Amino acid sequence: MAGFRRYATYRVATAASAFTNTVFGLLRASITVATVGAAGGTLAGYDARTVATYAWLTQALIGPVQVFQWTELAQQVRTGAVAVDLVRPMDLQAQYLATNLGRAAYMLLPRGLPPLLVGALTFGLTLPTDVWPWAAGAVSVLLAVQISFACQFLVNLAAFWLLEIRGVMILYVVTSGVLCGLYLPVHWFPPWLSTLAAATPFPSMLQTPVDLLTGRLATPSAAVGALAVQLAWAVGMLALGRLVLAVATRRLVVQGG
Amino acid sequence: MREQSRGAGGGTGPAIALDALTREFVVHRRVGRFRRRRDVVTAVAGVGFTVEPGESVGYIGANGAGKSTTIKMLTGILTPTSGTVRTCGLRPVPQRRTLARRIGVVFGQRTQLWWDLPLADSLRILAAIHRLPASVWRPRRDELVERLELGRLLEVPVRQLSLGERMRGDLAAALLHSPSLLVLDEPTIGLDVLSKERLRTFLREEQRLHHRTLLLTTHDMDDVQRLCDRLLVVDHGRLVYDGDLAGLVHRVGARRVLVVDLVERAAPLTDVPGTDLMGVEASGLRQRLAFVPGTTTAAEVLAAVSTRVEVRDLSVEEPDIEDVVRRLYLTSVR
Amino acid sequence: MAEARAPERPGAWQAYRVVLGSRLRAQSSYRASFVLDVLGSGAITLVEFSEVYVIFHNVPVLGGLDFRAAALVYALAALSFSLGDLLTGDIDRIPVYVRSGNLDTLLVRPLPLLAQLVTGDVQLRRLGRVLVALGILAVVLPAVDVAWSPARVGLLAMTPLAGAMVFSGLFVAVGGAQFWLVEGGEFANAFTYGSSYAASFSPAVLTLPLRLLFSFVLPAAFTGYLPAIALLGLPGPPWLPAWLGWLTPVAGVLTWAAALALWRLGVRRYTGAGG
Repeated sequence: MAGFRRYATYRVATAASAFTNTVFGLLRASITVATVGAAGGTLAGYDARTVATYAWLTQALIGPVQVFQWTELAQQVRTGAVAVDLVRPMDLQAQYLATNLGRAAYMLLPRGLPPLLVGALTFGLTLPTDVWPWAAGAVSVLLAVQISFACQFLVNLAAFWLLEIRGVMILYVVTSGVLCGLYLPVHWFPPWLSTLAAATPFPSMLQTPVDLLTGRLATPSAAVGALAVQLAWAVGMLALGRLVLAVATRRLVVQGG
Repeated sequence: MREQSRGAGGGTGPAIALDALTREFVVHRRVGRFRRRRDVVTAVAGVGFTVEPGESVGYIGANGAGKSTTIKMLTGILTPTSGTVRTCGLRPVPQRRTLARRIGVVFGQRTQLWWDLPLADSLRILAAIHRLPASVWRPRRDELVERLELGRLLEVPVRQLSLGERMRGDLAAALLHSPSLLVLDEPTIGLDVLSKERLRTFLREEQRLHHRTLLLTTHDMDDVQRLCDRLLVVDHGRLVYDGDLAGLVHRVGARRVLVVDLVERAAPLTDVPGTDLMGVEASGLRQRLAFVPGTTTAAEVLAAVSTRVEVRDLSVEEPDIEDVVRRLYLTSVR
Repeated sequence: MAEARAPERPGAWQAYRVVLGSRLRAQSSYRASFVLDVLGSGAITLVEFSEVYVIFHNVPVLGGLDFRAAALVYALAALSFSLGDLLTGDIDRIPVYVRSGNLDTLLVRPLPLLAQLVTGDVQLRRLGRVLVALGILAVVLPAVDVAWSPARVGLLAMTPLAGAMVFSGLFVAVGGAQFWLVEGGEFANAFTYGSSYAASFSPAVLTLPLRLLFSFVLPAAFTGYLPAIALLGLPGPPWLPAWLGWLTPVAGVLTWAAALALWRLGVRRYTGAGG
């Protein structure tokens, strides 16, 4: 829980982020609701209220899932401080993973509640009354946090090879943002784009948890299937991260950092 | 207009003149979980002094005594709450940009050089910022490069310089426009002994050669001894001493300590005239004798010790600034 | 005053030219990183445009615009934003300067603080966004139905420049406000990037309060939508008649007036002179 305590000191910064998430929520909900209206009231299974719920839930999850950039590891690599992280008794990836879980736990309410509250007051939200969507959604959010972390971890490792990872990180953030459903639901994508999205871990970072939370994946088999896909991505991306880290550290040792 | 104000106060007036200078800050303290209390903290409380052109003045005090706040007020970064401040005859905040042409400022903890550019580029940019003609700044740069031994470093990006090298670069940057007043905030902090010594030699030379006025804050007693003809000591925002080092040491009775390492173990040296035995280590092989400069000298103490025992090695510990200031504060409240 | 003095003192513009020149050289010196940065920055604009594309894959008309008209709105807004961002996009990093103390080193130099921050921080990589926005505009223009006249050509040429004024003014305004919000730098994004996002769509999709907020408080609609409907001869939604599209320069000037006032207050607060 070290991460939790550390992030708890950034009260004003958290409030500022929640404010920005809320302003964008107003715009995104307006745009998606208008789009559903223009489509005649429903679009790919969304009506005005469910698509507004979609917009507000994704805004609420931006902070915990950390959809935007994280460059802490890259900075450690650039300054050479990563050498200290590497000799700690705890595995490097596990250190950052634990910190990130703490961060996500801390962010969940202060970053999540304000947008949801404003969304409920301005657009109205359709949230499940059953316990199952909430349970499945909670597990799904936890997995989404891991997948997002694993991907960002990989991008940060590029710092072992590149002088500056800013360009790569921007490319990652904008691409993953679109494909995870941050701007519009993945279900609205034209076929070629949804095929592309399905081949990436990104929909598992936002679209899937929101689908579960809104009861879109209502049958138990659909829910379990979605969670299984998420689990596979989480394990796969974390394993890939370890592999690349091993290559990177060997390079560090050989070249003497 | 600018040319006129440039002429005014350029030669004859004091370099710095403060009168009853005060700066208060409002701070909000958390009281309990949600309530906050509004407090007014006085960082500088009615400080007044005058520095004449060509002087070299140390501005001394413990952390939080008000040194940086004063520096900020006389360089135009911070407006006084009350009182007056004139730097080079100008009102610092309203005339900040005019003043900037007449002063050089070095902050020991941060650099004004461009991190990703070679030092030479930073100097060229600063020359342009100060709107110096090439015929003025090139010879000046060459002089600084030679005296600060920067030739080898000119093409190196600043981020690759060591702290000492960077500080020399920052000095060149602050002096390129030949300011009449150089303000240095902790210039030797973090430097190794050799770099410190080099910096001091350079600053003394700069003062002598160009009649530059120096004002520096420091925690380093050697800086004070080597660089400052005059000391201003602040404590809790008030000026508590204005004079030279000898006077300060005399006033607080700050003691130097002669540490002697002996060839053979000896009984505690309790009977050396003018000294107090501070401690005996290594069962008598090392002994520490405190004395007040002015009542006796290190040489006299050493001579007295040598008549009693055989000395293998010795060193003198200087009073530390924080300690002197603390004693000064105690004597002034008493 | 005007008597001949040798040597001649170089002008202030010379200072900005030298600062700018060396910044640009330094940024383009690491070629691989620089190319990636430009690509990354250009990708932002392209990827943002994909949202417009996906919407119009699903519906033929949104907020009174068809895909072509919506693409024109997006292209104009994106070009305005990317130009403004190129100029002053790093002013919102004031909290970083305050915390590191680097603001003090800028304050003891004989140039205005804002001018130093602008010239010292121009990020060449942001040209990527400008180029992609220009590309989208070049593709869209032949496809839209505009009754071209000299006045409309003038409107088209003026819009990105005046729109850039709007966005650079917004950046300066939030920069000034950040002297009060050193710990809350993220607030700035709601106003700058939020305006950019709002500018990319027809304000007809927004509720009236939001529409007025993003038209007359944060003049986002003046950078894309209003000039676009003026070019296309389309009517605007209530409160936003198409003739407003000709007034983007007014919006730019007013934004800068407010921005400079906020900036001066912010600097006065930092230097403890009040505010």
